[in-house]
Amino acid sequence: MSDLLLLVPFVAVVLLYLLPKRARTAGLWIAFGILALETAAAFIDRFATIDFGLLAPLGKLLGFHLATDGLSELVILCTGLVGMAALLVARRTLEDENEKFLFANLVLVAVVGINGIAMVRDLFSLYVFVEVTAVATFILIAAGRGDHVFEGAWKYIFLSVVASVLMLTSLGFFLLSTGGITLDAARTGLAANAPLAWIAMALFLCGLFVKGAMVPFHGWLADAYTAAPAPVSVFMAGIVTKASGIFALMRIAQSTLGGATPGREILLVVGAVTIVVGAFLSLTQTNFKRMLAYSSISQMGYIVLALGGDLRLGILAAGLHFFNHAISKSQLFANAAAIEKQLGTLDMDEMGGLGARMPVTAGTSAVASLSIAGLPPLAGFWSKLLIVLALWNAKEYAFAAVAILASLVTLAYFLSLQRRVFFGKPLEKWAGAREASVGLLVPAVALALITIALGVGFPFALKILMGGGA
Amino acid sequence: MIWFTLLLVVLVLAALWASMTTTLLRSTLGLALASALLSVVMFSMGATLAAVMELSVCAGLISVVLVSVASLTRPRSIQEELASRRSRLRRIWPLPLVLIAAGVALSFVHAPVDIVLHLPKGDGDVRTVLWSLRQLDLFGQILILLAGALGVLVLFRKEAKDDD
Repeated sequence: MSDLLLLVPFVAVVLLYLLPKRARTAGLWIAFGILALETAAAFIDRFATIDFGLLAPLGKLLGFHLATDGLSELVILCTGLVGMAALLVARRTLEDENEKFLFANLVLVAVVGINGIAMVRDLFSLYVFVEVTAVATFILIAAGRGDHVFEGAWKYIFLSVVASVLMLTSLGFFLLSTGGITLDAARTGLAANAPLAWIAMALFLCGLFVKGAMVPFHGWLADAYTAAPAPVSVFMAGIVTKASGIFALMRIAQSTLGGATPGREILLVVGAVTIVVGAFLSLTQTNFKRMLAYSSISQMGYIVLALGGDLRLGILAAGLHFFNHAISKSQLFANAAAIEKQLGTLDMDEMGGLGARMPVTAGTSAVASLSIAGLPPLAGFWSKLLIVLALWNAKEYAFAAVAILASLVTLAYFLSLQRRVFFGKPLEKWAGAREASVGLLVPAVALALITIALGVGFPFALKILMGGGA
Repeated sequence: MIWFTLLLVVLVLAALWASMTTTLLRSTLGLALASALLSVVMFSMGATLAAVMELSVCAGLISVVLVSVASLTRPRSIQEELASRRSRLRRIWPLPLVLIAAGVALSFVHAPVDIVLHLPKGDGDVRTVLWSLRQLDLFGQILILLAGALGVLVLFRKEAKDDD
């Protein structure tokens, strides 16, 4: 089953090129179908054993060393949901059929990379799949139009290369100190307190901090998200950055660091600084997508902060916030796509009073904003509560206070966004503005419903998560 | 020993060529050659796993370099080309001397610690390493090349559209 998550999208990319040109309009829907299957697969592994008949030997043919657990399934689920949303946004925002076809192909390549990151148990393989995702994402950003594409794409690829150098150097040190590059070998080296193993781990963490846009390595993210075409922003903000940087950190915290003191302290400090800096930078933005980008930095800081708390609860809290943020942030970027499509601008100083003209976009964006700010009973409230509890259990009271206070700043910048864009007196220049097309509203509404449903039904979800030992 | 020294010299020359040439294609070829030679050096020193990783990383790196440079640059005029070559030579000419001096100096230095490299299982046979131990990475590198090919398709088409 695990192998199929790599092989099916890969084979699909190759087969899509065999389609006659006039049939390529179906490419977007084929990719959508594959991502729908991926979403289902996240549940199949956990809840049922299914005989895939003829397909099973195909997966075993190559004998990849993969393993799935609750964390892998979380990433696979988010990838499926966010990928489908991005494809729907692409359908309504990209201009010609060829652009849509290539977008679908590159998303499928990135999906293979992300699935690989979710399932590998070896640091070099992790690096390889992070690179697969980075190359596909770079092309997606660079394919955009506008003056800022060069800056966004260049910063992304340049800092990706810096991260690669750090990670490869780290692998060399791991080989020297432990003789292996599996997560288990790294854990053995760290448990033996081998200095070279700790240097290697510090370098690998720095590489992942760059990929995950942790402060002070966050410089690339706002430019990349802003420069990218609308569906690419949805995909990047929803899953790419999180899987490449943050999920890899979660995997290492769970499998390798195991609550060891120096690693835990690094995660706490980096997480807290990232939350605060990201939140205050969000407050000062006037561009809709740029504010969302800095907000993403801040929220990913929460996930990393949780990893420094009580190990089991911290991983659970980080996983839940990972999911909530993937859903809500890709939804907000879908809202941004709708606004940009209708108004042709994302400058919040030029907006105002759009709530009356775009009620669905306004309503869904309010749900996502309030959830990310941590207001009950939405899903974001529960994940932030769990993060604070994980820190409290680990007696990290100061960091718990930072998490709570920064939530107020989050609320402040999202209220400011809502006020500037959707409330107030409608501006004369937008008198003709109308709600976005149904095609753009469907992903936003579907993602908002997930946020509400998870918030209201959280006790049931928690029971399932705890039962699965996520 | 003579073969080994010769390999190292060609490796350094290929790396210098990659950094000093002003043509993207030549630079990429130089990088590929340097990487392949480095892999051969590693094989001959018995570090098969490191050699396979070097090959694997370089395959990905070359596609990234090609795609990113192709998409982020514009062709230069002959005058710009000549001016750039002169300024590049002025900046880079000490590099070979520094490399040779560093190599000579390092050959006299003995590492203060006795580092033991634990060889992974299957090391020594490149087929075992490639097909039995690292086949997942090989799959990953094929994907990077596929993404690179898609990138060339997307970005060159975009460039053509922009030119129109």
